[in-house]
Amino acid sequence: MNSRIGYIAFNTFREAVRDRVLYNLIAFALLLSGAAILVGEISIDIERLVVVNLGLTAVSLFGVVIAIFIGIGLVSKEIDKRTLYTVLSRPVRRWEFVVGKFFGLTGTLVVNTLFMALGVFLALLYVAHRFEKIDAWVLVALYFIVLQFLIVCALALFFSSFSTPLMSAVFTFALFVIGSLAEDLRGFARITQGVGGWLAMAIAYLVPNFSALNVINQVAHGDAVPGRLILYNSVYALLYSAMAISGAVLIFQRRNLK
Amino acid sequence: MAAIEILDLEKNYLVGFWRKRPKLALRPLRLTIEEGEVFGFLGPNGAGKTTTLKLLMGLVFPTGGTARILGKEMDDPRVKSEIGFLPEQPYFYDHLSARELLNYYGQLSGVPAKERSARVEQMLARVGLSESAGVQLRKFSKGMLQRVGLAQAILHDPKLVFLDEPMSGLDPMGRREVRDLIQQLRHEGKTVFFSTHILSDAEALCDRVGIIHQGELRGVGAVAELTSGTQGKIEIIFCAQRVPVGLTALGAESRISGDMVNAVLLEEQQDAALEVLRRERLKLISLMPVRSSLEEYYIQKLRPTEGQKEEGENEADRKGVGA
Amino acid sequence: MTATLRVNLVAIAVLLISMAGGVVTLDAIDHTRRQSLAQEALYVRSSKALRRMSLGYTGLLADIYWTRAVQYFGEQHHANSRDFRLLAPLLEVTTELDPRLLPAYQFGANFLAPQPPSGAGLPGAALALMKYGIEHNPDQWQLYYNMGFLYYTEFKDYAKAADAFAQGARLPVTNPFMPILAAQMAQHAGEFDTARMLWSTTYQSTQDALVRQNAIEHLLALRVDEDVTQLEQVVEEYREQTGRLPASMGDLERAGLIHGTPADPKGRPYRLMPDGRIEVQDSQSIFFITKGLPPGVAPPQPVRIDTSH
Repeated sequence: MNSRIGYIAFNTFREAVRDRVLYNLIAFALLLSGAAILVGEISIDIERLVVVNLGLTAVSLFGVVIAIFIGIGLVSKEIDKRTLYTVLSRPVRRWEFVVGKFFGLTGTLVVNTLFMALGVFLALLYVAHRFEKIDAWVLVALYFIVLQFLIVCALALFFSSFSTPLMSAVFTFALFVIGSLAEDLRGFARITQGVGGWLAMAIAYLVPNFSALNVINQVAHGDAVPGRLILYNSVYALLYSAMAISGAVLIFQRRNLK
Repeated sequence: MAAIEILDLEKNYLVGFWRKRPKLALRPLRLTIEEGEVFGFLGPNGAGKTTTLKLLMGLVFPTGGTARILGKEMDDPRVKSEIGFLPEQPYFYDHLSARELLNYYGQLSGVPAKERSARVEQMLARVGLSESAGVQLRKFSKGMLQRVGLAQAILHDPKLVFLDEPMSGLDPMGRREVRDLIQQLRHEGKTVFFSTHILSDAEALCDRVGIIHQGELRGVGAVAELTSGTQGKIEIIFCAQRVPVGLTALGAESRISGDMVNAVLLEEQQDAALEVLRRERLKLISLMPVRSSLEEYYIQKLRPTEGQKEEGENEADRKGVGA
Repeated sequence: MTATLRVNLVAIAVLLISMAGGVVTLDAIDHTRRQSLAQEALYVRSSKALRRMSLGYTGLLADIYWTRAVQYFGEQHHANSRDFRLLAPLLEVTTELDPRLLPAYQFGANFLAPQPPSGAGLPGAALALMKYGIEHNPDQWQLYYNMGFLYYTEFKDYAKAADAFAQGARLPVTNPFMPILAAQMAQHAGEFDTARMLWSTTYQSTQDALVRQNAIEHLLALRVDEDVTQLEQVVEEYREQTGRLPASMGDLERAGLIHGTPADPKGRPYRLMPDGRIEVQDSQSIFFITKGLPPGVAPPQPVRIDTSH
């Protein structure tokens, strides 16, 4: 890999992990996982269900907030505060900056998720006293959550390449919400007739498919996740991120930096 | 070889909600800067100095024209490893220390790993930041950030250094240090292109200056030439409570400030004037020829020419202050 | 410039490839997860919990479940499956989230009750759904209509059917067929007319493509059944007049008993068999017919329009 991309990625990672806001958000996620234990004790027999559901939901939601926050923050800040000037006046190409940022942000999110996941598993261990085979599926759900972050991050980068931080955050979050209903959207589109149907179909295929990446409920019930879905979801997340990143590069290539 | 050849570089921004209204930022600019030269780019705020620098750095794209830097097209990626750039009021990553930041920039500029840390320490020493090198930049003052900015601009030993308002936001001590640094760069044979709106800095440092106003290059000249011409007048400063009558008779324009009098009169009257002072037993403090200053040149170039006076003023009104 | 151009070209290529690949992958994902969306209805059987989970957006959630129900039914049908066990819970969740979602009741009446593969084979569940619907929408004649329809077609309970139609007929906004249906139920009048009126009403009172198609197919089948019955009566008449069976449709026409060559709704002439029976030409082309079939051939069942592609 291009060494400058690596340097930019590492610097992004370092900048992100030194930000205090990040730790506050992680703390909230861990708190929520901890709270699951209390809720679980109230309702007998569904402790595991509650811990997995609440824990993974917290990881997913707070993670998405973190992804949007740092994804947009770290990119738009470079433009706003003009640190980008001193980067781009060096032998750094614009695409290298975008790709390097993406890898740095991804790395940050993976590390964050590891911390939050640790919290979920500790809570799980507390209520169940031991790990079961079906807990492996929780790992798969966490992997899917990381894939979600990958896409959110790429989208945040894409919107930051041409929009203001606030608008980028709004767009990204809106796409997260819409994307969480993507499968139902495609359902709507399929039963819509005519031109509207085609349009709906195009939109339904273009929004990120977060719904297939959410198997929290499934794994909370101890159901298996098909191996093929793991493969397809991985491929999909990579392709969608590549799409958003190449879009960001195309826009960023011709952007006049104010 | 010319260090910078600007060939009709031009920039219009499209403004307004629909981005339909063009706003002129830089009229076609033609300018050549020789290698080893210290060139000052002068103009009021919003004149187009920063736009020119951003165009040369590839941060914004020209509407027309091009430029060659160190003999290569300005968008040639190889150019970038031979130039250094200090943006106006620089700001850096809050959570990095000065040392980490310079190391990062060294990596990006392709400074070999072996030399990198030594170079970083050397630069920190050169801008006087060795002691705060490990402190996170968010705790730095504006002046310290400016020093970090200078350090990063010369870190990779570039042949050509672009400095945008390098003296702004600095205390007198800091300004002095930056001046010294630019002098050192000149001695090292580097080309320095810097923008400023402070004339004394330009006068003290530059080989040549260019004056830009309302996006248009109004004039270029060598500082030595601009200030070499005397106007056939001398200025005498001496201690006195009032202006001696004899001096006024010689046609001197005098000003009293405190215990001192400042009188300007024709060169031919020099001996007669000194005779008056001797007679009155007044203490002479200084006598020197009145030289034409950069300031006069600057003011003259900024004044709109007769034909475009109307237009120029309107444009200034529309733009308001700054850009 | 060339460097920039190269980057742009690569970026465009990556963009297009990843876009195309994304669509292909999405289809693969949808295929893998075909039933997982519907299956959620099994996790959340309590609509109270669901209401809470929806954070107040129950209308949207109802619409989502409704779409899932339609998709689920379409996909199971397409896969020639006889297993529709998720249809009832999906419709129950849908109507509990939004008790006023009338299309869901209509869908339920038409596809919950019939035996597989036409439906889920749960007339009881369908009837319960109608009762729940009437409880929450006492002023909607369609629900009374659907209930009467169920009593008539599934339970053969003419008294209750007549009662349901009569109740619906008394509403301020109703369908003109409702009092007639009530009367016909009461006197068991002409079977074909009643059935035709029922399916016409179903057709007119819905926008749902599946329900409409189902109604059209039943109306076409009714016409075939009626044609075949009439033609067989004509053949009988011919035999009584001449003492022998007609050899062809031409014989019947020459005897002045029919005009032209009678054809089924798809335009294919009916066939006169040597034993005097009337058959359709293609016994598999018209769904739900009960007459005009070769001996021992079962009436064909429709394969629903595929809603998943």
